[in-house]
Amino acid sequence: MGNVLIRIPTPLRRLTNSQDKVTIECSNLIECVNVLDTRFPGFKERLCDETGELRHFVNIYLNGEDVRFLQGLDTATKAGDEVSIVPAVAGG
Amino acid sequence: MSHVTGLRCRECGREYPIEPLNVCDFCFGPLEVSYDYDAIAHVISRESIAKGPLTMWRYEDLLPVDGANAVDIATGFTPLIKAKNLGRVLGLDNLYIKNDSVNPSYSFKDRVVSVAATKALEFGFDTLACASTGNLAGAVAAHGAKAGMKVFVFIPADLEEGKIIGTAIYGAKLVAAKGSYDDVNRLCSELADTYRWAFVNINMRPYYSEGSKTLGYEVAEQLGWRAPDHAIVPAASGSLFTKIWKGLKELSDLGLIGQAHTKMHLIQAQGCSPIVEAYRQNSLHVRPIKPNTIAKSLAIGNPADGFYALKTLKATGGRAEAVPEEEVIEGIKLLAETEGVFTEAAGGVTVAGLRQLANLGVIEKNEVTVAYITGNGLKTQEIVRHVANPLIIEPNMESFEAAFMAAGGPRS
Repeated sequence: MGNVLIRIPTPLRRLTNSQDKVTIECSNLIECVNVLDTRFPGFKERLCDETGELRHFVNIYLNGEDVRFLQGLDTATKAGDEVSIVPAVAGG
Repeated sequence: MSHVTGLRCRECGREYPIEPLNVCDFCFGPLEVSYDYDAIAHVISRESIAKGPLTMWRYEDLLPVDGANAVDIATGFTPLIKAKNLGRVLGLDNLYIKNDSVNPSYSFKDRVVSVAATKALEFGFDTLACASTGNLAGAVAAHGAKAGMKVFVFIPADLEEGKIIGTAIYGAKLVAAKGSYDDVNRLCSELADTYRWAFVNINMRPYYSEGSKTLGYEVAEQLGWRAPDHAIVPAASGSLFTKIWKGLKELSDLGLIGQAHTKMHLIQAQGCSPIVEAYRQNSLHVRPIKPNTIAKSLAIGNPADGFYALKTLKATGGRAEAVPEEEVIEGIKLLAETEGVFTEAAGGVTVAGLRQLANLGVIEKNEVTVAYITGNGLKTQEIVRHVANPLIIEPNMESFEAAFMAAGGPRS
């Protein structure tokens, strides 16, 4: 358990009263999403589909690393970590 | 004038006004431009297009901006070359090369940026920006200069020198981040939330990506108003691939060409082939990878349009092929030596993929086949430096003849 900084992208700021950063206490990313959903109802539905999987066009990064290279939403978090929620963007 | 009616989420269908938006507020799906095709059908014809300028702006009616104010540096209407020599090597009688490496900043990216810069001015932005694997950087810098805008370009620090210089020369502010393109792209998405800049591939993306459709239109027009039987397209994010198909479909739906039956084939280099991997697994969902490829302009490990590229593959019956890294340089050389076109690594990927498809017997000998060459070899000369081994001589006849005979003489 520890304080984790969450960076909120524009499409979700309507839920967070326009806050672009939120600090919460959690020990892994699922917990992180659940805590955010309690504080900002509707948050989880935006990130996850009906089965609880991350939506295909949502990327979550833990300290800059795509969590799909880690353990997805099961990835553990610790105090001082930074989580970014970023929509997929085109390239190149 | 533009025939855009609004933006629409490709996933959940929610509608949005014509604004600098790229992501659905609800499901994070990408937004796409909606057009009034009935209105377009009233004004467009083969003749109206033929009367237009010899640039991509001849298809203005099918682009999401007002063409009268286009940021135009004469992008597009690039040559479609009948590739007899390469065709002979591959056993194909109707092979064409779409040489898009001769655009103003030497890649197909001029097409998307010409649209994005025009839209950015319409929205009142004064700064144009992008995350880039190199080609986009040059295109944004060039069009930004023409539009009189400030330009910020974010690149991975290990980019080829030619692409860095070819961006800086236009007066753009370059920011080299120590990381991969995917890292740079993530950073830019966060910046786009903070700075009021037109990021061409982020908040301008729905408009930007439409520019690639012109590569479908042009090929159809240049083939005498017909879709090719096969299109061979290199893929990074997968956007170009899906938009070429969209362009062909639109022409067909508007009755400007017959039924588009093109098999769309997608090519990646083995060191970065997440879309091909998903295709092989028969999945529509791409697992991101960490790229390690010589084809840096295709080095996107987390391709945003992978899902739609996979749907296009399915819809058209095309194949996705990954080519071995060592064949990329061979592909560059083969195209240069047979057709006189010097392409960058992405073009080497396309040619190697074309050869793979020909060897597999996927393409019939007489079928009309178009290989898209999207970038210029002069930008990435370092990857083929080994081909230059000049005979070093004194400037006189004897010295030349001695060196010439030593190198094998007239038979060499």
